[in-house]
Amino acid sequence: MILQAENVTKYYGEFRALHDVTLGVSAGEFVSIIGPNGAGKSTLLNLLTGLARPSSGTVRFKDRDITGIGPVKLAKLGMARSFQLVQIFPDLTVRETLQAAVAARLRRGRRIFASLRGDRDIRDGAEEVAALFGLDAKRRALARELPQGDKKLLDVASAFALRPEIILLDEPTSGVSTADKTRIMEILVRAAKTIGLQAIIQVEHDMDIVFGFSDRIVALHQGAVLADATPREVQADQRLVDMVVGRRRGASA
Amino acid sequence: MRQALVLAVALAAVVAVPWIAPIYHVLLMLPFMAYGVVLLGLNLLFGYTGLVSFGHALFIGLGAYTAAFLTGLFKVRALEVILLTAAVVAAVVAMPVAAFCVRYVKIYFGMLTLAFGMVFYTFLLKFYRLTGGDEGMPVARPFLLGRDLGDMPKIEYLAGPYYYYSLVVLIVAIAVMWRIVHSPFGLCLKTIRDNPAKAETLGISVPHYRWTAFVISAVYAGVGGALLATPTGNVDPTLAYWTHSGNLVFMTLLGGFASFFGPLVGAFVFIYLQDFVMSVVPYWRLVFGAILAALVIFAPGGLLGLFPRRRVIEAA
Ligand SMILES: Nc1ncnc2c1ncn2[C@@H]1O[C@H](COP(=O)(O)OP(=O)(O)OP(=O)(O)O)[C@@H](O)[C@H]1O
Ligand SMILES: [Mg+2]
Repeated sequence: MILQAENVTKYYGEFRALHDVTLGVSAGEFVSIIGPNGAGKSTLLNLLTGLARPSSGTVRFKDRDITGIGPVKLAKLGMARSFQLVQIFPDLTVRETLQAAVAARLRRGRRIFASLRGDRDIRDGAEEVAALFGLDAKRRALARELPQGDKKLLDVASAFALRPEIILLDEPTSGVSTADKTRIMEILVRAAKTIGLQAIIQVEHDMDIVFGFSDRIVALHQGAVLADATPREVQADQRLVDMVVGRRRGASA
Repeated sequence: MRQALVLAVALAAVVAVPWIAPIYHVLLMLPFMAYGVVLLGLNLLFGYTGLVSFGHALFIGLGAYTAAFLTGLFKVRALEVILLTAAVVAAVVAMPVAAFCVRYVKIYFGMLTLAFGMVFYTFLLKFYRLTGGDEGMPVARPFLLGRDLGDMPKIEYLAGPYYYYSLVVLIVAIAVMWRIVHSPFGLCLKTIRDNPAKAETLGISVPHYRWTAFVISAVYAGVGGALLATPTGNVDPTLAYWTHSGNLVFMTLLGGFASFFGPLVGAFVFIYLQDFVMSVVPYWRLVFGAILAALVIFAPGGLLGLFPRRRVIEAA
């Protein structure tokens, strides 16, 4: 078990966003978290990535308690993530964005007087990820000038550039056309193999994507785990599918 | 290529100024060069890290008073030693101040730096036994490269050796800052400016970088302040007053914080425009303010923002 949440509960004031969730992810798994809006998916991801502290319960990554540890330490431990709302560096180019991630991974960010251009490791690392994600043709473009789909891709690519052991993605394909969704997912899976990623956890609304790519599906509903099963099992349970996809929203942020 | 050409022409012009320009304008170049050093540092914080300080006059003051103390009280006259000491003093003061300030961002950061600046200003004013209070302290003429130029007429000293000394300091400051902003460290600063939350998920420890950028900028302000002290002749607390900090921010905005050389252009235009307006109209502050406001409104990216920018940072 590489990542494990045990009996985590999260309150926002009086409101219980997550209730007694237990979830383990093993090496080699691609896990999708599904559920209607407000089910607590993003909250769960924030707890799993140590960004928020659970009201009770623990989160362990590689047998280490990471409850509320914060993103910086977690990145160094080998966990990367992306957010539901696309996060980019608007005034940096695609290449600079990836270089920053590689520099951070190589712990070279504190080299104050070194030449960035002259650093082959950083340059090659960034080029490699750009190629992997099909962004090489756009590496000189500013992030803010990219189309929405490429912004998402760059966001995820910079997480991959950290060469993490595990990656957690909050709706990596939201706001992207259906055709692009499949493309992005295929890129993701290929990139995961290339960098030797151990596990992917994603939140996803599109059930075609979920069924097509996951090894396991965790269905959340009103803050509780409704099901933790294989795609085949979930697919067979029409009542469950209706419940979690019930109030589906259209393309959103 | 084009940028290199512009730079070469600008450098040649600055080198030629003492030979071709009236002495009055030559002397105006001295504060320009001193402020140039200050603003290079300030812009590491502003343009590259996204933090606007309203208290950097504090470090100018530290540098200038360091020069006054060393040349007066301690009889240390070598400018090399003075600049180095100013850098160290600024760094030592900046370390705790930065540790405190960088925990906040935006207006809160600005207000905190302002507060620290005011504390220092008050200190200079109240501890008059040490600092001369509002009368300030004289700065004795420093030796340059070990040479005592005490026999030279003052104007000749300032417009000759001191001018070129300042220019070399400015060029070194530019070269070092160029290196810094084009380093992996500089890139990390830009990620923090653009999106600190995202930077953290990449494992970039935001406070640490902000702290380092702050200390570097303070060192630049200290050195610039020490350089400014000699042409000023007498350092007083207004050097550390908050309006002085405000002018620094203004010069940066005027030239354009988004480009490396923007602040230098801003300092140049600010100083010469101020001088020009002062000499031709009676209510010069009013007119000067209006001109600056108009420039910021019509050129929100600063003067350098008016030129179509190829990706200078990327291409470099
Ligand atoms: N910071 C917060 N303060 C208060 N309530 C919050 C906060 N964050 C989330 N919530 C509430 O907790 C519940 C779960 O939110 P969460 O963002 O985890 O849902 P989600 O499953 O990711 O939904 P979506 O599909 O819309 O992204 C929602 O009802 C939300 O309003
Ligand atoms: Mg969500």
